[in-house]
Amino acid sequence: MLIQTTVFYFFSGILVLSALAMITVRNPVHAALFLILAFFTSGALWLLLEAEFLGIVLVLVYVGAVMVLFLFVVMMLDINIAKMRAGYAKYLPVGLLVGAAMAAEMIIILTKTNFEHAQANAKPADYSNTQELGKLLFTEYVYPFEIAGVILLVAIIAAITLTMRKRAVSKQQKPHEQISVQRKDRVRLADLDRE
Amino acid sequence: MLEWAQNFMAAIPPVLLMTVYMFIFVLVLFGCVAYVTLAERKVIGFMQVRIGPNRVGPRGFGQPIADALKLMFKEMILPNDADRFLFRLAPLLSMIPALAAWAVIPFADGWNFADINAGLLYLLAMTSLGIYGVIIAGWASNSKYALLGALRSAAQIVSYEIAMGFALVGVLMASGSLNLGDIVEAQEGNVFTWNWLILFPLFITYLIAGVAETNRAPFDVVEGESEIVAGFHVEYSGMGFALFFLAEYANIILISALTALLFLGGWLSPFPESWSSVPYLGVLLGHGPHMFIAKTCFFIFCFLWFRATFPRYRYDQIMRLGWKVLLPITLIWIFVEGVLLYFELPPWWFD
Repeated sequence: MLIQTTVFYFFSGILVLSALAMITVRNPVHAALFLILAFFTSGALWLLLEAEFLGIVLVLVYVGAVMVLFLFVVMMLDINIAKMRAGYAKYLPVGLLVGAAMAAEMIIILTKTNFEHAQANAKPADYSNTQELGKLLFTEYVYPFEIAGVILLVAIIAAITLTMRKRAVSKQQKPHEQISVQRKDRVRLADLDRE
Repeated sequence: MLEWAQNFMAAIPPVLLMTVYMFIFVLVLFGCVAYVTLAERKVIGFMQVRIGPNRVGPRGFGQPIADALKLMFKEMILPNDADRFLFRLAPLLSMIPALAAWAVIPFADGWNFADINAGLLYLLAMTSLGIYGVIIAGWASNSKYALLGALRSAAQIVSYEIAMGFALVGVLMASGSLNLGDIVEAQEGNVFTWNWLILFPLFITYLIAGVAETNRAPFDVVEGESEIVAGFHVEYSGMGFALFFLAEYANIILISALTALLFLGGWLSPFPESWSSVPYLGVLLGHGPHMFIAKTCFFIFCFLWFRATFPRYRYDQIMRLGWKVLLPITLIWIFVEGVLLYFELPPWWFD
């Protein structure tokens, strides 16, 4: 139990520090990397709760896929840090207000008795979290699960449609034309007089 | 003597013993990685009617050691305005996931470090982390070529990961488990009950996606030397470069091992059960880790073979192959498999 507590505090320490670093560092790429570290450590915390499926899926989806694309975008943006920090004093009250509201919400939720049973009962060794989760998702919560899937699909199609606007300058490959090209389309035999 | 040894082993705490095993395993893996580089040069040499490296040691067998020593003593040069910390971190980030993935790989029944139920998912997560080394290296180098290589790599790996993930979905549907040991045991029978036959489209897709994931020829636009010099690791020298190089080969071994486990029955022997009772030779003909290693070696050889055979794909062709060919194939085959499973049609005959 002691080892478990130590590991918990180790990971939660890293989690809190990396979350703080994410919003305070100046470089946006560093911020994204700290966010990745935060995701990774929260995945580790889920592993501690014996939720290995959720922990690994968090790493797989957020760290392995979402953040890669995020980093991709952040690296290509040319962000002017001086300009971003210019209105710091002006936005500070609004920021403080939002921060205070979120802190208050969290305090209200966490101090209520909702989380009293967070200490789960010890499960037998052959208990499979993955299996239980799968059973729940495909029986009791099958409609919410499917509806969430459809909503995500709609979002994907919408995002693709937004980027599909035809621009006059954009050129595209036409693979079928490339493949079906014949010799006579490209090669012309010129009959030149011998001098 | 034997009793003494058994008592001695029992006295060591399991955690320490495990650590020692892991240490030995990583050392052996590094040795394999080093000699895969030699194998690559030799195999491609023979395919191109050359001899390959033959100066260091007998028949060139000391070559990897000489290479490693040379790289170790070279200076690691930091480019101007490079991000010093991330520049040094990136090679490690590409190496560590390739090693961490081995924790769940079973060499034989129960011969693995961690027998976890979500083994396949863990592997998918670990292989998807390797990309960070490449992206961070490309960004931290503060070089145009490196950044272009990193962006190409990110796009390519993310695209092929989807086809790869779907191929794995097919595997876990066929075996009904995410545990790698169970996946191998579900294939038990003969050569034709292994997954490669019933999941043939997924097998081919997985192999192609595996080549693309490891950035190997013919999908090596990430370091296409004719266009972007050497891609993401152009600014690296010495040990930094060596680690990227080793990570590439460690990934090849990993993907080969996975293909062997998921589609070729891992440690299962292709020979009939009765052959394993042949005196002396029976041990070699029966199930065991040597079968797994032999299959892995076959796929490693395929990787080298591809490099010697195929010309490099164009970037847009890579994207088209991933999204418009491999992904639909996997989706169709998962659907076919689902129908077969649901109506319990052969070859899925369940009890």
